[in-house]
This record gives sequence, C-alpha cells and structure tokens, in this order.
Amino acid sequence: MLRIEGIQKSFGGFMAVNGANLGVQKGEIVAVIGPNGAGKTTLFNLITGIIKPDGGRVIFKEEEITGLPAYRICKKGMSRSFQVVNIFSRLTVFENVQIAVLSRHGKTFNLFTPSRKLLIEETSDILQSVGLTDKGRSVSGSLSHGDQKALEIAIALGGHPELLILDEPTAGLSPEETIRCIDLIKRLSADLGLTILFCEHDMELVFAIANRIMVMVRGKSIIQGLPADVRCNREVQDAYLGESESGVCLA
Amino acid sequence: MATLNIRGKESWLVPILFILLLVFPLVLTRFYTYLLALIFVSGLAAMSLNLVLGYGGIYQFHHAVFYGVGAYGAALTITKLGYSPWIGFLVGPLLAAFISLVMGAICVRLSKLYFGMLQISLGSLVWAIVYRWYSFTGGDDGIHGVSMPDLIGSTTGSYYFTLLVTAACLIAMYLIVKSPFGSALQGIRDNPVRSEAVGVNVKLHQLVALVIAGFFAGVAGVLFIVVDNSAFPDMLFWTLSLEILIMCLLGGWLTFLGPMLGAAMMVALRTFASTFTEYWTLIQGIILMLVIIFLPEGVLGYVNAKFKQLGNLASGGKA
Repeated sequence: MLRIEGIQKSFGGFMAVNGANLGVQKGEIVAVIGPNGAGKTTLFNLITGIIKPDGGRVIFKEEEITGLPAYRICKKGMSRSFQVVNIFSRLTVFENVQIAVLSRHGKTFNLFTPSRKLLIEETSDILQSVGLTDKGRSVSGSLSHGDQKALEIAIALGGHPELLILDEPTAGLSPEETIRCIDLIKRLSADLGLTILFCEHDMELVFAIANRIMVMVRGKSIIQGLPADVRCNREVQDAYLGESESGVCLA
Repeated sequence: MATLNIRGKESWLVPILFILLLVFPLVLTRFYTYLLALIFVSGLAAMSLNLVLGYGGIYQFHHAVFYGVGAYGAALTITKLGYSPWIGFLVGPLLAAFISLVMGAICVRLSKLYFGMLQISLGSLVWAIVYRWYSFTGGDDGIHGVSMPDLIGSTTGSYYFTLLVTAACLIAMYLIVKSPFGSALQGIRDNPVRSEAVGVNVKLHQLVALVIAGFFAGVAGVLFIVVDNSAFPDMLFWTLSLEILIMCLLGGWLTFLGPMLGAAMMVALRTFASTFTEYWTLIQGIILMLVIIFLPEGVLGYVNAKFKQLGNLASGGKA
C-alpha cells in the first residue's frame, strides 16, 4: 500500500533522513522504532507532505506522491496524528473533528449552510470510537493531555483514511492511558480494517501490537521485519545497547 | 472562545436592538442619526477586517485600502463615468474584492508578520495612486458632493439605508462564520499545519476569506459615500487601518459583534472627547492600554466570559 524508496532530507547540512526504505502492506500494523533523533518524525513528515524530500520516492496505492502538498496527500486516503499535540485549540472537541470530516467531504468552501447541521453523525461516531463523546462541547485547549492525544487520533480519523499514521501516540501518557491507547489502535485495525503505521519509544507497545517493525538509526532504515527477527538482530542491538552488550535480545 | 456569540438565551436581544435602531431617527437629532450611521459604517469595516483577523488569524494590517477602494469605486463610477448611484454601489464592493484578490494572491504566500508587512506596502501603493492621480481621483482634495438618489439623500434616508445594508452584511457574515468555510477558517487560525494535514488547502481558503473581507469592506466604503457624500485619500491611509484594527481589539476580536462595539466606542470617543480636549487621542490611548491590560479579549470578550460563568453557576458549575 505504501512504499518508500531511498528517501532523503537534510536540514542545513544535517542529514535527518538519509536513504530510508519502508513498505507497508494493506491491513498491517507497522512500527518504526529507533533511538532519539533517528529521523522518525521527519520520515513521517516526508511521507505526509508536511515537508518536501530532497530525494527518493513515496508511492501510495501504486501512485507516486513524492513532494505533493499535505492537503492533497490527505485527500488520497492517508491521515496522521502528531507527536506534539497539534489541535485547533480554541475550538471545541466536536469542531476539531468536524473540520477534518468536512474537509474529507470537500465541503469547506460551502459558505451558507450552518456547520452545526452537517455531518453530525459521522463526527459523533468518531468521537465515540476514541471515547470523547461526553467532552464534545469542551474547548479542546482545556482538555487533559491524555484527552488531547485521543483527540489527535480522532482528528486523523476524521479524514476516513485507509492508512493511518500515528507519531508516538502514547508520548506523555500515563500507564492506564497507554493501555487504553493500545486497545484503541488494535480496535481500529481489527474493526475498521485500517492499515496503521506508527512510531513509538515504548518497546512493550511496539512488540505488543506491531505485525512488522522497521528500525531507523541516524536517518537510515537498517532492517524491516517480523518482531522476532528485529528483536535479535545484531545491528539493532548495537544501536540500542551499544556494541559491548550485544548478544541479548531486546525487550 | 471562537464560537462565543449572540446565541441561546441572549439571542432575543438582537431583534429588540434592531427595533430600537429603527426608531432612533424619530427621536434623535440629525447629528446623532448621522453619528449612528457613521458607527455602522466603521463597525462594518472593522467586522470585515475581523473576518480575516479574528476568524482567520491573518494579519491584514492595511484593511482600510478596501474600504477606500469601495468608496472611490462608487464615487468615481457616479461622478466621472456618470452612471447611476445604484450601479456605483455595486462597482465599489466588486472593485474592492478584485483588488483584494490581486493583493491577496501576492501576500498569501507569506505568513503572519511577513504577510502584514507586504500587505501594508502594497496597500500604501494603492493609497499613493489615489493620492497622486489628481486628474482622476481628485488627489488630496478627494471627491465631494456625490449625488445620491432622493430615497436615501436625506440624513434619515441614508441612516435607514446604512442600517439595512449593514444588517444584511452582518447576517451574511454570520452565516459565513458559522458555515463549513468558517469552521475551516477558524481551524486555519488555530493551526495551519494541522489544517493542511486534514486536507484543507490553507492558502486558497485564506485567499477566499481575504476576497470576502475585501468585498464587505468595500460595502462599508460605499455606505460612507451614502452617509457623507464624499471620499478622500485618508480613507485608504494606513492610520485608518490602525484605527479599524484597534476597534477589533477594543471590542473583542474573538467575538462576532465585538468590532461593531469597538467602532461605537471609538466614534463616540472621538466625537465627545474631542469637544473637551484636542488631545482626545491621548484618552483613546489610555483606554486602549487599560483594555489590553485588563480585558485582553476586548470588552465583548469579557462580557461573554462573564455570561458563560453565570451560565455555569446556574447549571450547578457543570458544562
């Protein structure tokens, strides 16, 4: 469904992403892991069009989308959430999700129908699926961090994506919230049949839900494979544990 | 905050206010009727700015250009080209919208303050043309004595025309703010990156918003002609833009009617304080400072917040 070939991006001489490869099949849950600064978020920004790559190709559903603006990539069926909470902070929770839904239905140039009458059901369903129904009328900027992270995913779902990209969905969450988040991701994959690509620091989470794992180190993808293979891969151990301790399996 | 508005329990205030405004000319002197009409005109200009400033988060620093272009467009169509005033009234806003489209298409590539700086420069260019082109625009003399149809020629007639047109514009703007386009615009204000990520073409929406705002500013310019029968270059000088901007901040730039309230305060202040002292701008400055320090969301923003608190108390602190 998604294929990335040798993608590159440098920021003023620093190669943030230097030839990363990645493949995601329909229906999979794929995790990207790697030490801090490995370029995971940059990779996601490159895929979703937030920034333009210097080289390489992004192919989504057999179509090259390299360097397209973010709003056009979104329309092709790919939505994402952000690592740092990135919401419409002055609007209510409901309005936050509704904007994404309106946008997917191409209604944002509609000038004279009141928004409050449009796509209410679809928006409510999404809020329910992430457990924010009773907070719909709260101003999103005033929510707790955990609820804002849930809203992050809800906004991404508003685009009704085939491929959902989650950038560290559990960053900053409490253990209970993390468990809820894992449940949510599993449910989205099982019930809605979403293909999910995510990156994460929490190894437990990664090995609990990912079908396949890609490991990034210093901007390069060093391996993509099944969790069991990645766990005992020599290079991965070097990257995480340092050379001296290699020989044990991760997590 | 963005959705704070006349709604729910307070919405009955609007028709009452409108009826009062309909009755006012019958009891007020001509001077006060004129003053009220002037408030509508300035308020409409400020509200059109707030469409892009408060709802769109676009730093349109030189909005008066479109107000002035609307006024000159109408005045020149009537005086120089000899068309009927009604046609002039249409030409003004359309010309303002067109200038806004051209200027917006150039400026919208930049963001935030850079947008504002470029927009001031381009706006000043328009001002310079109007100011210098004596043979056509009358230069710094402006255009005076634009003849009006009999129906709206008197002070009362022009008042009612201004009131009705302003009301119609307010309704249209309210619908726009509440429409999906309005939602997308507020989304862009809060978070352009996220808007882009959910599939909203940010620049295009901003451009459309600018054209709409330019159009309504043009309507305000036309209404000024109706009230004052004249147009002059100061209407597109940057100091007026600043004044319109202050109206938004004073009244509450995150509320729908705030800029109108701000306009009422500014016009009243200028009229009455200037009869006491020629340093009335000093009073204005002090008031503005106090508002920014104590009511950072403007007067109406403050009132709305208080209303909300009361509502919350009434419903047992929930919601």
